[in-house]
Amino acid sequence: MTTSLKKLLLGEQGLVVIFAAAFLVVSLTVPNFLTERNMLGLLQSVVTIGLVACTMMFCLASRDFDLSVGSTVAFSGMVAVMASNATGSIVLGLLAALACGTAVGMANGVVIARFRINALITTLATMQIVRGFALIASDGRAVGINDPVFYQLSLSKFLSVPTPIWVMAFFFVVFGFLLNRTVFGKNTLAIGGNPEASRLAGVDVARMRIWIFALQGLVCAVAGILLASRITSGQPNAATGLELSVISACVLGGVSLAGGRATMTGVVVGVLIMGIAENVMNLLNIQAFYQYVVRGLILLIAVLLDNLRSVAGRPRG
Amino acid sequence: MQDFLEFTSISKGYPGVQALSDVSFSVRKGAVHGLMGENGAGKSTLIRVLSGDQAADTGEIRIDGRPQHYRSVRDAFDAGVIVIHQELQLVPELTVAENLWLGRFPGRAGVIDRRQLIRVVSERLAEIGIDVDPGAKVASLSIGERQMVEIAKAVMLDARVIALDEPTSSLSSRESEILFSLIDRLRSNGTVILYVSHRLDEIFRLCDSLTVLRDGRLAAHHPDVSKVTRDQIIAEMVGREISNIWGWRARPLGDARLTVEGVSGAALPHPISFTARSGEILGFFGLIGAGRSEMARLLYGADSRRQGTVLVDGVAVRADSPPHSIRAGIVLCPEDRKFDGIVHGRSIEENMAISSRRHFSRFGILDRGKEAELAERFIAKLRVRTPSRHQDIVNLSGGNQQKVILGRWLSEEGIKVLLIDEPTRGIDVGAKSEIYEILYELAAQGMAIVVISSELPEVMGIADRILVMCEGLIAAEVAREDFDEHRILTAALPDASGTKAPISEQVR
Repeated sequence: MTTSLKKLLLGEQGLVVIFAAAFLVVSLTVPNFLTERNMLGLLQSVVTIGLVACTMMFCLASRDFDLSVGSTVAFSGMVAVMASNATGSIVLGLLAALACGTAVGMANGVVIARFRINALITTLATMQIVRGFALIASDGRAVGINDPVFYQLSLSKFLSVPTPIWVMAFFFVVFGFLLNRTVFGKNTLAIGGNPEASRLAGVDVARMRIWIFALQGLVCAVAGILLASRITSGQPNAATGLELSVISACVLGGVSLAGGRATMTGVVVGVLIMGIAENVMNLLNIQAFYQYVVRGLILLIAVLLDNLRSVAGRPRG
Repeated sequence: MQDFLEFTSISKGYPGVQALSDVSFSVRKGAVHGLMGENGAGKSTLIRVLSGDQAADTGEIRIDGRPQHYRSVRDAFDAGVIVIHQELQLVPELTVAENLWLGRFPGRAGVIDRRQLIRVVSERLAEIGIDVDPGAKVASLSIGERQMVEIAKAVMLDARVIALDEPTSSLSSRESEILFSLIDRLRSNGTVILYVSHRLDEIFRLCDSLTVLRDGRLAAHHPDVSKVTRDQIIAEMVGREISNIWGWRARPLGDARLTVEGVSGAALPHPISFTARSGEILGFFGLIGAGRSEMARLLYGADSRRQGTVLVDGVAVRADSPPHSIRAGIVLCPEDRKFDGIVHGRSIEENMAISSRRHFSRFGILDRGKEAELAERFIAKLRVRTPSRHQDIVNLSGGNQQKVILGRWLSEEGIKVLLIDEPTRGIDVGAKSEIYEILYELAAQGMAIVVISSELPEVMGIADRILVMCEGLIAAEVAREDFDEHRILTAALPDASGTKAPISEQVR
């Protein structure tokens, strides 16, 4: 590899360059890829991952971890549907879902930050508990939506683009701003960089971590509501394995699992790469079983690339 | 005596930096050779080249007359060169004996011969006079003992050249003495020791010969250390004369700024009381484990307090957690910069603004212009050497990192009490003076500064008054005019009877 090419690929914007190149190749070679219909379908398919990745980015950047997101998405979607059906008010249903999602996140945060239990273990537990809640509440069956207005959440369009895509774009902007331009974002990165130094520098680390998890729960609820609207029901088994896709997308996007390093553009690119890979394989009629292998390979390659990048950028002297 | 280890015209460049240029010197067999220089002078690079970790661009290393062409650390091992780094490379969950055999366990068909394992190690440890139980887990050893094990490992590998990189930086003075006598024994066995240190006392205590590096070049080579003076070495290191690195001068002292009444906590069970005046630099001296750092952490609220009151300007303040202490005007520059001070992977600017940004952020949204201005102002004021404020703090030298942490607190503006623990640990001579000057200036502005240090010359050099701690109590108070090395050390050493009377109550 020539030096300038190496620099381009391993530099700050390396991922974006690779993404752009991949996009170009796919557009030219895969039939029906670069059509308005397919593009919107692709974006629709990554809404859940994209939304949850926003807050997972904060979680990982502060050296935490959240495995409970998939269950929380399913549970809050279920709550939204059941509460709407029971009260006859969609607004109340949505509020109930947002409250439940936030509560799950808050509970994660309190156990992890105040009782100092490992985040992996804590969220592994809540992942199962919350999935259990969703199954108990629905008796294991899908719960249909009574009021068709609920469907409009995902069916409605603005400027001929479906609402969920707008919501996702809005979240990308908001969380990008939150990460780079606010005290909250900087403190998140500082905690990930060195938790003890941040604490001694006056950052209330425990409170920050609780907030990050609460926010994660809230965003999961938003994702759960949109997902329920799209699949026209509350499904207790929805979004299984979501946590792994979301963490993969973040890692693809250059978020460090060791904390302290994250960018919103990286995460957006990570999410899109996941979406494109799946979309292209569908367009090419590749059997779903192979898609697992490809997704895993993409993740491995991304991590290897990241490793090369940090080796290249290591300070010497 | 013949030259055993020879460096000839060693040069090594990295992109943008010439780390070593044309360095040549040699060391006699059985000599302890000091290697000194400020941070960035090229010591670490030279050690890396010697260890086989990195190849020199040009030049040659000869051992016992034979040129070495090693390509890896393994090759250097085989040539008998072992480097012992500051971060020790032992497996904590294995025993001493297992660590010493690691990589080449004795035995047959993968089954370890435990008897031989222990027996050989016991013999070797006894031979070089290291008093450590071969069956003990490394995790249960003190840092000093681990260092011994690391050296024993080098001896087990039949090292002919052992390089020690700042070996005493985390040792108590007693542990250091044990290390020194071990080095003396290795010397009499004919081993060449390359000893990298910032501490002049150690160089004079241990070394036969000495090389000083500056900016990657050979600044001086002294075949006989007994013929050089301290001031001469310092001048060679910094390239200019520094007759008095402390630069202390009298300052007018004001009223009591910090009053501590009966503060205690889990790590400091006996209540501590003292007062520091406005404009005063109050030194705390004590051996490792005497409770100095624990005291500072309690005052700052880094650890939770059991009882006691902290008053600033005569008013009791709620200094029970870092955010509260900062608001009350009490701040801490922690002892261990790497683990408790700097935020890794983040810029100088972010490291400086981490606390003070709350003053100019509106609704949690950053004012990036103000942060940039603040960073630029303190980079200039504290003379932080860096290409830009965006530089990752990890890439700065220890002295510059300390300045950034000082900048973090100075940008708070309302600071009345500065607790600074080991202000110049791991910082080179030139930057030390700069740090002291900053402290004098802050004191002159009316701050009360509590300096904690395990280096007696430093405390005596810069403090107006010293409180000596011993076993968690304030054992003595000494005013500047009565500073006396012997007296202070005596107070710091625990009595054999263990009946040292606390004078905490008298110090007011």
